[in-house]
Amino acid sequence: MGEVKVSNKQVVIPGEILAEGMDYVPTGAAYREEDKILSMQTGLVEVSNRVIKVIPLSGPYFPREGDTIIGRISDVLLSGWRVEIDMAYEAILPVKDAVNEFVGRGADLSKYFDIGDLIFCTVSRVTSQMLIDLSMKDRNSRKLFGGRLLSIAPVKIPRVIGKKASMVAMLKNATGCKVYVGKNGLIWIDGEPKMEQVLANALQMIDEQAHTSGLTERVKKFLEKETGNKIGDNDEFQQKN
Amino acid sequence: MMSFSKRTDGRSLTDLRPMEAKVGVIDKADGSAYFKIGNTAAYAAVYGPKQMLPRFMQDPRRGVLRCSYSMMPFSGMGERVRPGQNRRAKEISMVTEKALLPVVDIEKFPNSVVDVFIELPQTDAGSRCAGITAAALALADAGIPMKDMVSSVACGKIDDKLLVDLSYEEEAFDGEVCDIPFAFMHNSGKITLLQGDGVVDTDSLLKLFDMAKEAAGKVYEVQKNALLEKYKVEGDLDADQ
Repeated sequence: MGEVKVSNKQVVIPGEILAEGMDYVPTGAAYREEDKILSMQTGLVEVSNRVIKVIPLSGPYFPREGDTIIGRISDVLLSGWRVEIDMAYEAILPVKDAVNEFVGRGADLSKYFDIGDLIFCTVSRVTSQMLIDLSMKDRNSRKLFGGRLLSIAPVKIPRVIGKKASMVAMLKNATGCKVYVGKNGLIWIDGEPKMEQVLANALQMIDEQAHTSGLTERVKKFLEKETGNKIGDNDEFQQKN
Repeated sequence: MMSFSKRTDGRSLTDLRPMEAKVGVIDKADGSAYFKIGNTAAYAAVYGPKQMLPRFMQDPRRGVLRCSYSMMPFSGMGERVRPGQNRRAKEISMVTEKALLPVVDIEKFPNSVVDVFIELPQTDAGSRCAGITAAALALADAGIPMKDMVSSVACGKIDDKLLVDLSYEEEAFDGEVCDIPFAFMHNSGKITLLQGDGVVDTDSLLKLFDMAKEAAGKVYEVQKNALLEKYKVEGDLDADQ
């Protein structure tokens, strides 16, 4: 019993009724109110079996443990640093999760990380009051020197990464730039200036067309045209979207 | 003194003025919208969730919704309106916030603020309704979680006639006039704004509830189309860029 009122890939708006009946389970931006499932945000519908998901097309970043993000050191504290992460909240990087060697009491922490430094790090803890702890222990965590910092809507980041990281791999290989993608919507790139611009334009394309299909092909054509190099036909680039 | 017989712009008693709406009109904002009904136009811009300042206004249990309504200097039908908020604007800011709060869900963002700025470049009555309608659209554009959409329109009584969407000329009619702004949650039909300016009898008021609800439904259709329009895939994206 019950009825789904929307179809896959349909765009829905807040309050729109997606299904009636108790048979379905809401996830993503979909929620249940009594016997109806509705959407909380403007987004794309994904229906599979009994699960109705709404992928939001805009909205704030919600940090989760394990997310890799980019932040900027904003203050040096007694036993750690305060980090700006482009959100309503600042995060804390405790010294024990940032430095491997022994740091004595009263040591000058700014010689490890100073105000203005960019870091690629992991979210280690989020409390219900949005106190966020970061860690640099992961193998990929590091300070980012030079380069360019770009920002796109956090909800579009999965599209920048792509299935099995296919999109970001294509962007890296085509432009020869280093690319670090933060789940908080910040992306750091570093390469030859002309290629950095090509990459920035490609990212803008993804930001604008994230909700469409056939995007990977279009980005591939764009990169080929801008760099003058054909992109190899590896399996990972053949995947649609 | 003439009695009120028909509307000068040729509308029927239940016709709204022509409406238009567009989202994403202010790139820098997290979400934005433009809504026009007749000659009354409103822009709304949403910023947030972001850090709430001044700090003493922070609420540790949930995010705060802060609305600001402002008419531009030569927007009104009477004298020049001084820039900045006057007492009327402060009141409208408050009722706008109360009209939107029941649907906005920012409990997951304690100590933050979602700022909504409403500016009207041109008004011809129904300005607070246009403001609320634009604000709801801008919040949906920003991806702020909302349980439902809110649509707003004013109805009223002139002499013995009940009408929908009064113009400035009608509000200023030299006789018995009552202007009643409404705002409705779309799914539940619950009222989130109800004010009255004038004298009206109970019977008429009860009839006006039904007329207003139907009129708000027409406003909702315009809002929904504006949001869907943003994500419509026009033409062939694959055409040579």
